[in-house]
Amino acid sequence: LSRRTRRCAASGITPTMNCRAEVLEVSVEGRQVEEAMLAVLHTVLLHRSTGKFHYKKEGTYSIGTVGTQDVDCDFIDFAYVRVSSEELDRALRKAVGEFKDALRNSGSDGMGQISLEFYQKKKSRWPFSDECIPWELWTIKVNVVNLANEQERQICREKVGEKLCEKIINIVEVMNRHEYLPKMPTQSEVDNVFDTSLKDVQPYLYKISYQITDSLGTSVTTTMRRLIKDTLAL
Amino acid sequence: AMDTDLSSQDRKDLDKFIKFFALKTVQVIVQARLGEKISTRSSSSPTGSDWFNLAIKDIPEVTHEAKKALAGQLPAVGRSMCVEISLKTSEGDSMELEIWCLEMNEKCDKEIKVSYTVYNRLSLLLKSLLAITRVTPAYRLSRKQGHEYVILYRIYFGEVQLSGLGEGFQTVRVGTVGTPVGTITLSCAYRINLAFMSTRQFERTPPIMGIIIDHFVDRPYPSSSPMHPCNYRAGEDNGAIYPSVEDSQEVCTTSFSTSPPSQCVFTVTKAHFQTPPPVVTDTLKVPVMGLAFSHQLSSSRLSYQPAALGVGSADMGYPVLFAGGLNAAHPHQLIGPGKEGGVPQIPSQPAHGTQADQERMCTPLDGVHYSAATPSSSEDTETVSNSSEGKCGSPHDLLETIFIQKVGAFVNKPINQVTMANLDIPFAMFAPKNVELEDNDPMVNPPDSPETESPLQGSLHSEGSSGSSTGNTHDDFVMIDFKPAFSKDDILPMDLGTFYREFQNPPQLSSLSIDIGAQSMAEDLDSLPEKLAVHEKNVKEFDAFVETLQ
Repeated sequence: LSRRTRRCAASGITPTMNCRAEVLEVSVEGRQVEEAMLAVLHTVLLHRSTGKFHYKKEGTYSIGTVGTQDVDCDFIDFAYVRVSSEELDRALRKAVGEFKDALRNSGSDGMGQISLEFYQKKKSRWPFSDECIPWELWTIKVNVVNLANEQERQICREKVGEKLCEKIINIVEVMNRHEYLPKMPTQSEVDNVFDTSLKDVQPYLYKISYQITDSLGTSVTTTMRRLIKDTLAL
Repeated sequence: AMDTDLSSQDRKDLDKFIKFFALKTVQVIVQARLGEKISTRSSSSPTGSDWFNLAIKDIPEVTHEAKKALAGQLPAVGRSMCVEISLKTSEGDSMELEIWCLEMNEKCDKEIKVSYTVYNRLSLLLKSLLAITRVTPAYRLSRKQGHEYVILYRIYFGEVQLSGLGEGFQTVRVGTVGTPVGTITLSCAYRINLAFMSTRQFERTPPIMGIIIDHFVDRPYPSSSPMHPCNYRAGEDNGAIYPSVEDSQEVCTTSFSTSPPSQCVFTVTKAHFQTPPPVVTDTLKVPVMGLAFSHQLSSSRLSYQPAALGVGSADMGYPVLFAGGLNAAHPHQLIGPGKEGGVPQIPSQPAHGTQADQERMCTPLDGVHYSAATPSSSEDTETVSNSSEGKCGSPHDLLETIFIQKVGAFVNKPINQVTMANLDIPFAMFAPKNVELEDNDPMVNPPDSPETESPLQGSLHSEGSSGSSTGNTHDDFVMIDFKPAFSKDDILPMDLGTFYREFQNPPQLSSLSIDIGAQSMAEDLDSLPEKLAVHEKNVKEFDAFVETLQ
């Protein structure tokens, strides 16, 4: 895991924040891309989702319950736990599906990366748009390999499974550092911290984006589903 | 103890959090080793009973075991809660796979808010636990359990014992949470030397013997747990029979079953060669129906060699002792070289315990010690007197053969079809081939553990070994008298005894004979294409049926 600290300078009003960044790398076969990405993203989101908040009069709130379920991979000897939320699963599958298609269609050597970023919204006065301040960024670098025969594929199933086990352990290590997490918001602020659009769980606000790189490492096609609005724009 | 800073309410809350955290930790770990996929629902409205805002079911037996282990205490420095996960094969071999440890160290975080931060971090830690329990090697093993092995758990409280994990075990840290009274740490030490236990190896060998799920597999929801068929295959690959009673040399392990704790089966004794085990808090004993024939002190295990490998050298997990100085010419001897393919002969004298046996053997001239020999109830009394004359070598010549015959619950095999031939024991070819299976059935006659006194005063002897002139193998073992413990005294007829005698030699189930078994297997395979075609034709019906289920 390499760790870079990115400074996202805010406007003069808000203090500078560090956005911690974690990078994971995996080499997988084409048909394993989706499951591998989902395994990592779901594991991160498991740790970054809470139950739905229900605010009560006195400013206190209660929290709903997060269910979990096991997911078996078809192309990898691996299983992972995800939050029981169909909406969330659909959203992740959509993003990962697009990433996989982009990888396949890019004609590159099959290298790309998908990023999951957690951010907070900072409301600004007009004419300035809201700022999005990232506080945690997970990047998964993917290298797609082509295998010649069934035996190699079988080995790949197992190897990738083992690698993913390592990644899960890495993710959990990071989570356990108990580093910066946004403060629990008041009712008026909750949408600046959490994604309250889902009906059963409440992940922190997040964005998924991806890039396909060519073999030289430069960005050939930059396809961003949602752009990160950098507060440096000011 | 600097917890004067902690308000009493906070302290109470903290203790409660830690207690329920410990209980939930156990639930997560055990549920992750059931071999099933776990799924719980999210609920946007708080139910108030979901600790740490996570939907983690509570399996009652597991909670019960955990509470028993904790005995009202909380993890503290030097007092860790451990969940030991082990694997047990259908032959009875077992191996520790993982130890999950919930520990507390002295590093305190005074500033932290109990009701808020600690609680949320404990929730996060449980999520990490959910994730990590799927990535250690035991997870994949547990998903494949049922045929050749099961996964068991044991909870203990006290000092962590990692010695059973073999060399080079690895540790993974799940996480830590600082509290004002100490830092909670959750980690897992797991065996990596699973070479001979790779799941692939299990996949290659055919199912040997079904496992009686009731005794071993966690069945949290009686109606929904997976039921594995007890498919017993007769013939040579049938050496492995799953004992329902743990070998007496095993460290105490709990099995989890839906039946009330009193029916859970497990050992009490500790293996003498192991390092002092932690406080054993789960000692559930089989309610021995009193059929503990004393010769059952046979307690070493004959390990099973898959039929494909043929008869190999015996891989005795435990020392097997043979009677020395005795030979086949004395059919009533204790043990030892009998004729081909078999088990060591049953001791011909009644014995009341290992000690008793040896004593008896060493003092053959003490007279008859048979406490319950009532000739009237036996069909063959000649051996009684014979055995008392049996030569008795010097003590060190006299060894006891210990063995466990593993018989499945539904086994009804005529003796001569039993696996004797393929038991791999030294001098197997000399052992008499005729052994009354049921007498050796640990389910019927659990082996005596040294600590327990055999309540039974029955006697059982063998009429003769292979040298027997009678060709009637079924009569080799005749009960002189049978006095099951907890039954009525010998004045009144004993139902249990009568039952036992009557059903000693039941006919074999036809479906279990090897020929039919193998045949039908081949037939089944052949008929598959036809069946598939039929099913394809009816696919609409099936779909409609599935619809009705949804």
